[in-house]
Amino acid sequence: MSYTEATLQLLSPAGSLVESDSTAEYLPFIEQLGDGRLREFHRVMALTRAFDMEGTYLQRQGQMGLWVPSLGQEAAQVGSGFAMRPQDHIFPSYREHAVGIIRGVDPVDIVRLLRGLTHGGWAAAEHGNFHIYTMVLGSQTLHATGYAMGITLDGKAGTGDPEVDEAVITYFGDGSTSQGDVNEALVFAASYQTPELFFLQNNQWAISVPVSRQSRTPLYLRAGGFGIPGIQIDGNDVLISYAASRKNLEETRAGGGPRFIEALTYRMGAHTSSDDPTKYRADAETAHWAALDPIARFETYLRSRGESDAFFTEVKAEAADFAADVRRRTLELGVPAVDAIFDTVYSEPHPLIDEQKAWLANYEASFSEAEGA
Amino acid sequence: MPGLESLPMAKALNAGLRKAMLDDPQVILMGEDIGTLGGVFRVTEGLQGEFGVNRVLDTPLAESGIVGTAIGLAMRGYRPVCEIQFDGFVYPAFDQITSQLAKLTNRHEGGISMPVVIRIPYGGHIGAVEHHQESPEAYFAHTAGLRVVSPSTPHDAYWMIQDAILSDDPVIFMEPKSRYWPKGEVDPENRGQPLHTTAVARVGSEVTVLGHGAMVSVLLQAADIAAEEGTSVEVLDLRSLSPIDYGPILDSVRKTGRLVIAQEAPGFVSVGSEIAATVAERAFYSLEAPVLRVSGFDTPFPPAKLESVYLPDADRVLEAVDRALAY
Repeated sequence: MSYTEATLQLLSPAGSLVESDSTAEYLPFIEQLGDGRLREFHRVMALTRAFDMEGTYLQRQGQMGLWVPSLGQEAAQVGSGFAMRPQDHIFPSYREHAVGIIRGVDPVDIVRLLRGLTHGGWAAAEHGNFHIYTMVLGSQTLHATGYAMGITLDGKAGTGDPEVDEAVITYFGDGSTSQGDVNEALVFAASYQTPELFFLQNNQWAISVPVSRQSRTPLYLRAGGFGIPGIQIDGNDVLISYAASRKNLEETRAGGGPRFIEALTYRMGAHTSSDDPTKYRADAETAHWAALDPIARFETYLRSRGESDAFFTEVKAEAADFAADVRRRTLELGVPAVDAIFDTVYSEPHPLIDEQKAWLANYEASFSEAEGA
Repeated sequence: MPGLESLPMAKALNAGLRKAMLDDPQVILMGEDIGTLGGVFRVTEGLQGEFGVNRVLDTPLAESGIVGTAIGLAMRGYRPVCEIQFDGFVYPAFDQITSQLAKLTNRHEGGISMPVVIRIPYGGHIGAVEHHQESPEAYFAHTAGLRVVSPSTPHDAYWMIQDAILSDDPVIFMEPKSRYWPKGEVDPENRGQPLHTTAVARVGSEVTVLGHGAMVSVLLQAADIAAEEGTSVEVLDLRSLSPIDYGPILDSVRKTGRLVIAQEAPGFVSVGSEIAATVAERAFYSLEAPVLRVSGFDTPFPPAKLESVYLPDADRVLEAVDRALAY
């Protein structure tokens, strides 16, 4: 599914601003942005891509069991990521590295997850309310909806005070839209009129299965069936991603009920490092989307506004340093203490777990005694 | 509750839920038909009227949605109590219970707790249609991160539901639906024993019989019959299926030398199997006979007119008691 007449876009693939009746209501959000914020969009997209490439290299060198690239989806993530307020909560899937970086997640914590050192990696409360990744597709959309129901029960949406009102944004993909949980989340969100933005990154592929197998209808149209306003945007256009997310988050935070954005983008890389997309994707398709690269497009736009070479050179150097720092710190990572297996299964003491922990300690000690003897 | 009162279990649970909601404003109830109707078994009757629609939520008809949103609410600081309408309807929520709820504390390296209670009316004896009479406790007892309990009396139901709600860990609360209606004394002043403990329901000396939920009344009936025949049977009420409190079980087996475990659930890979293996490991020299199991058959729960054949009754328990004594 590529762009259609319904696809909202502020920046053309050629990198120039598009003005149309359908996007007029989104333009003010862009006009408010200063040069500094626009540079920040580019900077975070570039850092994320450098991190992403480094992730692939580290995996190929055996430093991670798996890498999950976000390559190509930077604009969808950076635009929506910067549209949130500090008090908003994010329930990601597992590919939202750019949003995590915006909200203060250390990329090495994402590495720790994929290196096999933890099943989580960070505490949302200390990292911009960016919740940990969820590997079962779509499960997190229900957690997001429950959290948003809690905001409503707490009276923290629709007060009219932008410092008080909160919203939730949940990320999911085109494959996930076939999951029962995503559909149940949409039902609950509509029923309880949650302050919540469903942000679908339609990257066209669920591993090897094209989105046409998931849906015979454009996915944003499904939202209407749940009673939730839905729009489709050009997910490789960071400006519309930002503006549409800002507008919809403001509406939902103000008590307007849930919103749904389908961002059309493309998974330029493999599903994960274990995947081989050459087995199922045509070269023509990847070439088509390569021409729509979100970072190149935005760079063209910034240059057209007079951004200097020096800025891009500087960001390039910073991105290289960023990736090098991730590499250096990845190679320094240790292995967690064995007790970690047992210590956090339950919040309260549990005799069976305690017993097994003690057994393992004795078992291991028996070897050192034997060695000593 | 004013004081000592004779109540059916359904009303004892209602009183326990009400007390928990009065004690903590973060406690909320969620489920299908639990508000206006008061639940298909009326366990939540009157609570929406008293506490309002923001604390007793008539949810859309989607079990995964109920548990999944309860997880989000728990992350927000609430203590949700979910009702699954019938045992056989819990499976649509299986991923949210076993892969999400059970593992989120671990996934967060202990950084968050998941104080969610899932109430499941379970078991047979009520002549209902398919999916309405099952005993799925083994699935949950098998899953790390969950706690599983089951009361057998109104008094325990009143206190155990409150203790389950106080737990910072997720608790699967198996309610023996065939015991919803018989009355029993509930003492709101005497908390009784801790949640995760095995109780001695009847003292005896020759054979120990063990079960949980509705099975306990069958075991007590069997013990009465055995006593008339001159055999002294000790009855244990398991109460907690995960973790299992082995102390009283091992004490009893060391005294009687014989153990019969009864359960409505199929016996293959069951809670009873786990207890049998552990008792064999830990009380081998005290055993005068192999540990025997009396279970539902390893078939689907049969159509209601055949359920009395499927469900262990006092006779089947006594048959196993006789076999244990014959060793």
